[in-house]
Amino acid sequence: MNRPVFMKGNEAMAEAALLAGCRYYFGYPITPQNEVPAYMSRRMPEVGGVFLQAESEVAAINMVFGAAVAGARAMTSSSSPGISLKQEGISYMAGCELPGVIVNIVRGGPGLGNISPSQADYWQSTRGGGHGDYRTLVLAPHTVNEMVELTMDAFDLADLYRNPVLVLADGLLGQMMEMVRFPDPIEQRKTGLLRGRDLPPQDWTLTGCQGRSPRLIRSLLMKPGALEEHNFHLEKKYALIEREETKAEEIDCEDADIILTAYGTSARIAKSAQIMLGEQGIKAGIFRPITLWPFPYNRLAELARRVDRFLVIEMSLGQFIEDVQLAVAREKSLKQVKIGLLARPGGGVPTPEEIAARAREVLP
Amino acid sequence: MSLKPIFTRTPGLKTTPTSYCPGCGHGVAHRLMAEAIVELGARGRTIAVAPVGCAVYGYDYWNFDTTEAAHGRTPAVATAIKRVLPDRMVISYQGDGDLASIGLAEIMHAANRGERITVIFINNTNYGMTGGQMAPTTLAGQITTTTPYGRNVDETGHPLKIAELLAALPGVKYSARGALHKPGLIRKAKSYILNALKIQEANLGFSIVELLSSCPANWGLTPVKAVEHLEKVMTPVFPLGVFKDETPGQEG
Repeated sequence: MNRPVFMKGNEAMAEAALLAGCRYYFGYPITPQNEVPAYMSRRMPEVGGVFLQAESEVAAINMVFGAAVAGARAMTSSSSPGISLKQEGISYMAGCELPGVIVNIVRGGPGLGNISPSQADYWQSTRGGGHGDYRTLVLAPHTVNEMVELTMDAFDLADLYRNPVLVLADGLLGQMMEMVRFPDPIEQRKTGLLRGRDLPPQDWTLTGCQGRSPRLIRSLLMKPGALEEHNFHLEKKYALIEREETKAEEIDCEDADIILTAYGTSARIAKSAQIMLGEQGIKAGIFRPITLWPFPYNRLAELARRVDRFLVIEMSLGQFIEDVQLAVAREKSLKQVKIGLLARPGGGVPTPEEIAARAREVLP
Repeated sequence: MSLKPIFTRTPGLKTTPTSYCPGCGHGVAHRLMAEAIVELGARGRTIAVAPVGCAVYGYDYWNFDTTEAAHGRTPAVATAIKRVLPDRMVISYQGDGDLASIGLAEIMHAANRGERITVIFINNTNYGMTGGQMAPTTLAGQITTTTPYGRNVDETGHPLKIAELLAALPGVKYSARGALHKPGLIRKAKSYILNALKIQEANLGFSIVELLSSCPANWGLTPVKAVEHLEKVMTPVFPLGVFKDETPGQEG
């Protein structure tokens, strides 16, 4: 189990879901995530689970809804256009407070876009995505190994908060092969994002009312004031998540000349640029949000007290930078801080050389 | 000498006063479904999925576990519940907008997969909850809020016959259409529901009962006139009967 294996991101993530106890997978074909349903269709029968190729993305997310209603760990995966279609179901899950894991192997957009790696679904992922006042937790791995760990954690956080959790990767991470080590699920619950906390009892699932009163799962609240009350209840939960679950990786940020701020694939490339800049005598730090919602605003703001040069690297057109600006603005006027942007939309992937060159431009 | 009860309220229903319009068929359909569930001893292991539409409030009346679903996605939600809990009775209750329009993909594929669920389909030839718009089941010439000149079938299609359509699929083991406007037909409708639930109990496949139901408020008719309309205008378009019954011993 703990021997490292060489594995493709999409397949490793599927195996991680199984390790986390996911026994229900519902999906629909779309590139670049097709390895996930293919892997699940082979593995689910082996572990006594259910793989079902749904008639649509819409049906798939509603099957995740149904499995959650019945108390099971369930997952769907897709890529950007498919995730757009799932937003209806995600909104209903958030409203009904149902757990579930949704994987988005992001591709270029808008529209059908292309099948190249992209981070263009940042706003959609971190701002709710569907209709209504709600939040989904968003976990952003930057290696295949981290895809495994965060996918396992996603199921725990979904159950802990009764909320949908998004794992946001991209075509590059999904398609690349890397050494991975599958953690022991019990260990992962201690060392991962769950941090050893107990999961709440499933005293709300629908299993038939034998020996108890009938239960109801709904998001329609028509009584005057009832929905507002529910929204405030959700807000409290979201505030708790913001306090408890925010996570970022930092490398050499404290005394950096410039902080390279990026997540996922962009952060991975930024790490190479950091080494390159070091060789050129420039102290560059890395700030990599692991949770995109909740976003590590406070920590980034703290760093902005000492550091006044940032470079945001994103494979989208100025989406992620807005959160960086919001964070920095908590401590300083944006006039006092220079935040550069290297944006590569439409499937463009930045090179370390490009990042290093742009970083030097941002420096005095 | 003690009195022996020969008729009681079904424990399948709560005592909630109805919020449905006068003459609406949903209340009758709810009761038939609840009675059938209780008669099969299944109340404690039933999970119902309520649609978007008038019957979204089904859970106000049904005395068993119930979840809502997004509009038309009811069969997808029911599919997963049944896959997770195969020994439970899973019922998808849907109206004609929910099932025959926005949810056509979900119902066709759940039926085609032969999901072990039972669908109760209320056909009242319009969208009730939203105030009476055209549904796929709307009759030719019928006036609705979105067909003010009457439904022109050349432009908007013909009334969709769901019970016949689904009966053609191998995964469907029971498909029948009943009506709720006469005592005899109501009793027959209940027997259809019982048969459909037994198909599910026997793990044979998908079962559906379509029920023609009156909607006086949106038809612009009194309840009495609405019943006449159902009998004289609706049933010739939507014939009553069993279109498929693959209960063992019932074939042919």
